[in-house]
Amino acid sequence: MATTSETKKAPSGFFAKVIHHSTEVESPASKIYVYEAPVRFWHWMNALCIVALVVTGYLIGKPLPSIGGEASDHFLFGNIRLIHFAAGQLLIVLLVYRIVWAFFGNEHSHQLFLPPFWSRKWWGEVWHEVRWYSFLEKTPKKYIGHNPLAQLAMFTVFLLPLLNLVATGGALYAEGEGIDSYWYMAFGWVFSVYGDSFNVHTVHRLSMWVIVCFTMIHTYLAIREDIMSRQSLVSTMISGWRYFKDDKE
Amino acid sequence: MASNESFYDVFRQQGISRRSFNKFCSITAASLGLGPAFAPRIAHAMETKRRTPVIWLNGLECTCCSESFIRSSHPLVSDMVLSMLSLDYSEVLMAAAGHQAEAALQETLRDNYGEYILAVEGNPPLNEDGMFCIVGGRPFLEQLQEMAAGAKAVIAWGSCASNGCVQAAKPNPTQATPIHKVIRDKPIIKIPGCPPIAEVMTGVVTYMLTFGEIPPLDRLGRPKMFYGQRIHDKCYRRPHFDAGQFAEAWDDENSRKGYCLYKMGCRGPTTYNACSTVRWNDGVSFPIQSGHGCIGCSEENFWDNGPFYERLAKINTPFFVESDADRIGLGAVAVVGTAIAAHTAASALQRARSNSNAAKSE
Ligand code: HEM
Ligand code: HEM
Ligand code: SF4
Repeated sequence: MATTSETKKAPSGFFAKVIHHSTEVESPASKIYVYEAPVRFWHWMNALCIVALVVTGYLIGKPLPSIGGEASDHFLFGNIRLIHFAAGQLLIVLLVYRIVWAFFGNEHSHQLFLPPFWSRKWWGEVWHEVRWYSFLEKTPKKYIGHNPLAQLAMFTVFLLPLLNLVATGGALYAEGEGIDSYWYMAFGWVFSVYGDSFNVHTVHRLSMWVIVCFTMIHTYLAIREDIMSRQSLVSTMISGWRYFKDDKE
Repeated sequence: MASNESFYDVFRQQGISRRSFNKFCSITAASLGLGPAFAPRIAHAMETKRRTPVIWLNGLECTCCSESFIRSSHPLVSDMVLSMLSLDYSEVLMAAAGHQAEAALQETLRDNYGEYILAVEGNPPLNEDGMFCIVGGRPFLEQLQEMAAGAKAVIAWGSCASNGCVQAAKPNPTQATPIHKVIRDKPIIKIPGCPPIAEVMTGVVTYMLTFGEIPPLDRLGRPKMFYGQRIHDKCYRRPHFDAGQFAEAWDDENSRKGYCLYKMGCRGPTTYNACSTVRWNDGVSFPIQSGHGCIGCSEENFWDNGPFYERLAKINTPFFVESDADRIGLGAVAVVGTAIAAHTAASALQRARSNSNAAKSE
């Protein structure tokens, strides 16, 4: 098994650890095992599901041009919806798996769910990242896990909209399954939050656009940081290992 | 006015035969989705139960619910139901007027306190102390609250009483308010629709009068047997929806072929009602069958979820006065895309500069 090594001793106590793993490390070893296999597997499967959901979801609201022939010969729109529902259900299962893993995985596995909002140090480094991306900071800091700004973005413009999509998507699916179904028992409450079914469609679609914007920025920055920062990124999400470029012997 | 007559006694007095009575019981059992075994139970209840008075109030509304109700397709059904209701008070149907009518109302309230069913068409406007709707010289709100206090249960007829309907659409100048927001201590059965289907209305009344209890309701308080499914779930154009065959314009070939009206803004997928099964006017037709998409008249906020002929709802935003989810979304994507392009260019520039600086210093 890979060993995670850090030169500085990690503090004890859960919350102190959360902060420690979200903030800068002064001089880490040149390579550290960060993202365990379940996190990486989830990341790419989740990305795949989201791509499928965005494409099919867009087409559900704005269908392709009408086709001719006998209705009994075609199931085009039905299949688009089928892919959406299948990918949606897979995404829910994967998300549950990811949440469960946050309890068993290493410290980085719960970063996504637990940004240390209470830590001044962390907010200071969020600000530092903003300055770095605005070309106001010459040298980036080094992080073992996500950089603080990325962590903030992943929580607010990825995780929260995703949970919203799962809730509203589950509610819309429950309508198709019927008001006596288990789906309705699990998701019927969403209609108390957003009101009528039509509004739930609108909220679902708006949340999609939030995730689309996140994905564009996220992909761009992952590639940019891979080139411009002092650490590896894209390969880290593939192999799990974080390399620090200027610590190489 | 309190009498010990059963429903059946009243029917016989109206000249309704035993045979017609039995027919009515089977029709009602079928329309309630209860199956043939329930017809004798309905008959038994009608024969033995004391007639329950129903009081019908009209607030801020257009009377389309009353109009629909008295057109209950089967003449038999309407005869029955009309004799079932003790029409001591119904502004549209009663014979009395003025002070006589108000006196009759007070009398029913006194004699049947805790016994009668209150049917409410329309809703009370709360603005200006309720002055936008005056009945018998005082705000409708007062009359409503007074009559609700002695009711066994309350039926909210139509979208006005259930959801507010057009008078509660933005900006709702009179502050028209659905009745469940002003009556909080009584069971309320919502029968939304603008108007509701006649058979649905009579079916609900019959159910309550015969079984002496309110029908099973969904989480919004609507009877499950009529509001348990969406128009879309039982729409006869649904095979075209699944195939991907849509009308693209009101006068195109596809619309003549009877393709699905989804792209024309049909609200069938988000509307709970029985139109696609019970249909209207003795089962003759319903909007989609007549070539017009569903406008979702039994859903809350359907006036504000417009435009009726577009798939995506308009959203009012501070920047774009009117917009929809895709215009907002694509706008955001364009901004983000431009920002990324600019950031890439700036990053490349900076990198080139620092590389040449590094080369110089070496
Ligand atoms: C990243 C996640 C998701 C995205 C981007 C997404 C996107 C969309 C979009 C854009 C629509 C069309 C909305 C409209 O215009 O009416 C839609 C519809 C729908 N989505 Fe999702 N969705 C996601 C997740 C889910 C999930 C997890 C489920 C649950 C199984 C789900 C179930 C549905 C259902 C049932 C509909 C309605 C289909 C219909 O009306 O025929 N979605 N989705
Ligand atoms: C739909 C598309 C995507 C979504 C929703 C998404 C979402 C996420 C999330 C939530 C994380 C945090 C993982 C965790 O802590 O468990 C993450 C990390 C990461 N993603 Fe994505 N991702 C997507 C696509 C991509 C793509 C296309 C790339 C590569 C170009 C990429 C590269 C990365 C990298 C490198 C990390 C680790 C960042 C770090 O080390 O701080 N992602 N992504
Ligand atoms: S016409 Fe309306 S209700 Fe019928 S299948 Fe099409 S979208 Fe659904």
